[in-house]
Amino acid sequence: MPEPVTPPPVSGPAAEPSTAAEPTRPAGAPPEREFTVSERSQGQLVVRRFLQHRLAVVSLIVLAALVLLAYVGGALWRYDAGEITPDNSVAPSLAHPFGTDAVGKDQFAQVLRGTQISLQIALLVALFATIFGTLWGAFAGYFRGAVDGTLMRIADLILTLPLLAVAAMLGHQFGGTWWLVALVIAGLQWAYVSRVARGVVLSLREKEFVEAARALGASDARIILRHLIPNALGSIIVNATILVAVAILLETALSFLGFGVQSPDTSLGLLVSEAQTASVTRPWLFYFPGLFIILIALTINFIGDGLRDAFDPQQTKVRA
Amino acid sequence: MTEPVLEVEDLHVTFPTDDGLVTAVRGVSYRLRPGEVLGIVGESGSGKSVTSLAVMGLLPATARVTGSARYRGRELLGASDSELSGIRGKNVAMIFQDPMTSLNPVYSVGYQIAEAVRAHNDVSKQAAMSRAIELLDTVRIPNAAERAASYPHELSGGMRQRVVIAIAMANDPDVIIADEPTTALDVTVQAQIMQALETAKTATGAAMVLITHDLGVIAGQADRVMVMYAGKLVEAGSAEDVFYTPRMPYTLGLLGSLPRLDQKSKQLTPIVGAPPSLINMPPGCPFTPRCPLAQPVCDEIEPPLAATTSLDHLAACHFSSELVEAKPDDVFNTEVADTKALAEFVRQTEGGP
Amino acid sequence: MVAFTLRRIAISIPILIASSFVVFLLGTAAGDPLDPLLGRNPPIPQATIDAERVRLHLDQPVLERYWNWLVGLFSGDFGPSVKQNLDIGSEIFARFGITMRLIAFAMLIALVLAVVVGVVSAVKQYSVVDYSATFLGFLFLSMPAFWFAILLKQGGIAFNNTVGEQVVYTIGDASVPPPTDTFARFADIAGHIVLPTIALALISYAAWSRFQRASMLEVMNSDYVRLARSKGLSRRRVMVKHALRTALIPLVTVTALDLAAIISGAVVTETVFQWRGMGDFLLESIRTEDVYALQAWLLLTAIVVIGFNLIADLLYAVLDPRIRYA
Repeated sequence: MPEPVTPPPVSGPAAEPSTAAEPTRPAGAPPEREFTVSERSQGQLVVRRFLQHRLAVVSLIVLAALVLLAYVGGALWRYDAGEITPDNSVAPSLAHPFGTDAVGKDQFAQVLRGTQISLQIALLVALFATIFGTLWGAFAGYFRGAVDGTLMRIADLILTLPLLAVAAMLGHQFGGTWWLVALVIAGLQWAYVSRVARGVVLSLREKEFVEAARALGASDARIILRHLIPNALGSIIVNATILVAVAILLETALSFLGFGVQSPDTSLGLLVSEAQTASVTRPWLFYFPGLFIILIALTINFIGDGLRDAFDPQQTKVRA
Repeated sequence: MTEPVLEVEDLHVTFPTDDGLVTAVRGVSYRLRPGEVLGIVGESGSGKSVTSLAVMGLLPATARVTGSARYRGRELLGASDSELSGIRGKNVAMIFQDPMTSLNPVYSVGYQIAEAVRAHNDVSKQAAMSRAIELLDTVRIPNAAERAASYPHELSGGMRQRVVIAIAMANDPDVIIADEPTTALDVTVQAQIMQALETAKTATGAAMVLITHDLGVIAGQADRVMVMYAGKLVEAGSAEDVFYTPRMPYTLGLLGSLPRLDQKSKQLTPIVGAPPSLINMPPGCPFTPRCPLAQPVCDEIEPPLAATTSLDHLAACHFSSELVEAKPDDVFNTEVADTKALAEFVRQTEGGP
Repeated sequence: MVAFTLRRIAISIPILIASSFVVFLLGTAAGDPLDPLLGRNPPIPQATIDAERVRLHLDQPVLERYWNWLVGLFSGDFGPSVKQNLDIGSEIFARFGITMRLIAFAMLIALVLAVVVGVVSAVKQYSVVDYSATFLGFLFLSMPAFWFAILLKQGGIAFNNTVGEQVVYTIGDASVPPPTDTFARFADIAGHIVLPTIALALISYAAWSRFQRASMLEVMNSDYVRLARSKGLSRRRVMVKHALRTALIPLVTVTALDLAAIISGAVVTETVFQWRGMGDFLLESIRTEDVYALQAWLLLTAIVVIGFNLIADLLYAVLDPRIRYA
């Protein structure tokens, strides 16, 4: 490299290395100035921000514990759900931690089974509704015009109807088993997801990277699947967690009314329904199922909040 | 020497962030005399906007501000909000960067100007509105009386910025701080805005702080110029001093990177590298990694602002004396790195259709 | 603005018609009213079943049935119920009044509470008030409405016992027979509506307050609020006239979008408190597979939701000048 200017004699203080130098720096190297922040990938950033949200992390642990309890605990527990024991209407004790009902069914087993059902339904709904709704909304948002109009009108029509009412109608016809209930709920909730996906895709499609992809000759399908949807993933995932929480509450409400999961299987909603009149006389029948519903929905809501912050942090702290 | 209308002394501003404490402003001091135009130049992230927001008390609550900022002797930092409200808009006004988001979308522009008038004057709504129309006229908005009832989204970017200027002028302030007033606008509109600012200055007699990263904007308007880098003042002096006899390599580089129509075409001098991270800044001069004059002492000791050509002309460089008579391409390497690619490019453009 | 209004109304009409078709299909899918008759013991004569089929128009092809039903609507005829003496129209409108009373009241309370809590949380961000309000909000969002309603019932009875008088009611929407004295009548209605309102309002309040907090925070950090402060306006004036004014606008849309969900919530609440409103009507119709009753229910709610969304759209345009020409 050519030297345009001859180095002048050093007129400043003696060239003594500063004692404030970092010990790990190799001797004689200039101090690191440009990158005091280590490089991270997008995924790592999201995970790191999520972990800073203490409530979300705690909720994740609690939820994981619940899942373990429901499946492993349920399998190992000495009583099965629905198994009739000779102890009728027993208050919580060592033998029956959640007590028993009038027929003698162990409530701990019942509640665990109900938790399993809620989790399974929630997972199924989240999966179906998210995949279907995302594709639907992404297509509508990407192609716009008549395609958008038609697709979203259909989604809107579903959204004008009270979900519970329609789910109850369909549940009455097709309900009973948990996966049919899940399908009914998913068959209605995809409309919410499609709205969100459409909104995100609409704003993303104007961005330069889409134009660049198109200039490189990418087909529409490829642009939607490989570019738009991955970038919309943040909003979609956050929305999916809200969906899961809503699905759980919807399923329990349906079962409460008698149009969701029905005997011989059980659901947390069904348990509450059966315990309506006993809320004062035999509170264990009423409170345990309710508290479990709250716990599941609450942990999922907090996780969703943590995810929202992780994907799109509110930068109220820094202003350059 | 006339009393300075605005006096900032040893201003430090720190923000907490996810990665650590960011010191956006590290010891800035200046004096603004009545009627004077002070230009503050610097890259994004140099701290020039933060300095002015700190003076106005408009930084977010998490910011830590130390030092002193005095308007006609009254201390602004740490003053109560009601005290500051009395000064904001009346004695010290501000013009912001993005006219598309500076105005409230649900109120008419006339209303928003009149609101500024009524904030500091006990006048009727009609009187305030006539004053608003008057101001709109002054900043050259056509059909001012009708336009006053328009909403911001009905106006172009340039017109919106002129409304913001009208708001700043409304109460004849002593100081107008214009924070990058033309950055968000097209080049053709920039001239109109600079003219509107000029009008504001003559109509109110205010001193102006003109913050920008565009040296061309400063050239025509400023009396004094301050150059900021990485939160610090690195050079300050009259416009002539700084433009014609810069004494800090960064200033020289900035001037050299400006395309000039009035000189024979030379090569531009790009300054390699990027501004430093403001978190955990190492000791020494922040410009060292990009400075062609850098020596070991630059890494260790931060140069103080010292007088160079005159007492008024300050520069923060250990080797400012090296820059006497220096031209940008003397100091910065303007040699082409890849001569082969350049030859190919020339061949293609000249041999092409 | 007028053009905007007319355009919005014009768009709503095809939506309503499309909605009516979807409603009709759903009703048909919800069950076969003849099913309960087929499984009876002693078996019902075929002639009776056939006569019933004709009475319920089930012998006609779907599209013809839809058309006849649609036309009938304009003359106020909602179709035949499986219960021979039931006039769907008059019954559903009576129930509608009862339920709308509950919904309107609950929405109002939820809205006011949500705005107050949301704004306070935003202004005092990260304070104790903010954290507790946020936590409570999440709690109510995660709480099953039916469970909470039962809890309220229990609480209401306990409250009555402590006070020694029946202040709040847990069954029905009004005493039978209703008291004659106007004040007593008013107190009676109030006492009946208080618990269901709390139950129904709570979940909407939770969602809306979080939304309002986010909206307020976003606005508080906006450039125009900063400019307003730089004008020298008092903090209060900036908060109210600039921040709050613009932060409230999106809530209008959110409220309208949530209406369908609130109606669902009302169904559950009415069931727990045994109100003879739309909720009870719905569940009864489902159980008896009363197709026309179900269609009437769905259509009425669709009209309410679409109508409410229309009003919300118009209100939004009044509040935000930017969208008046959309």
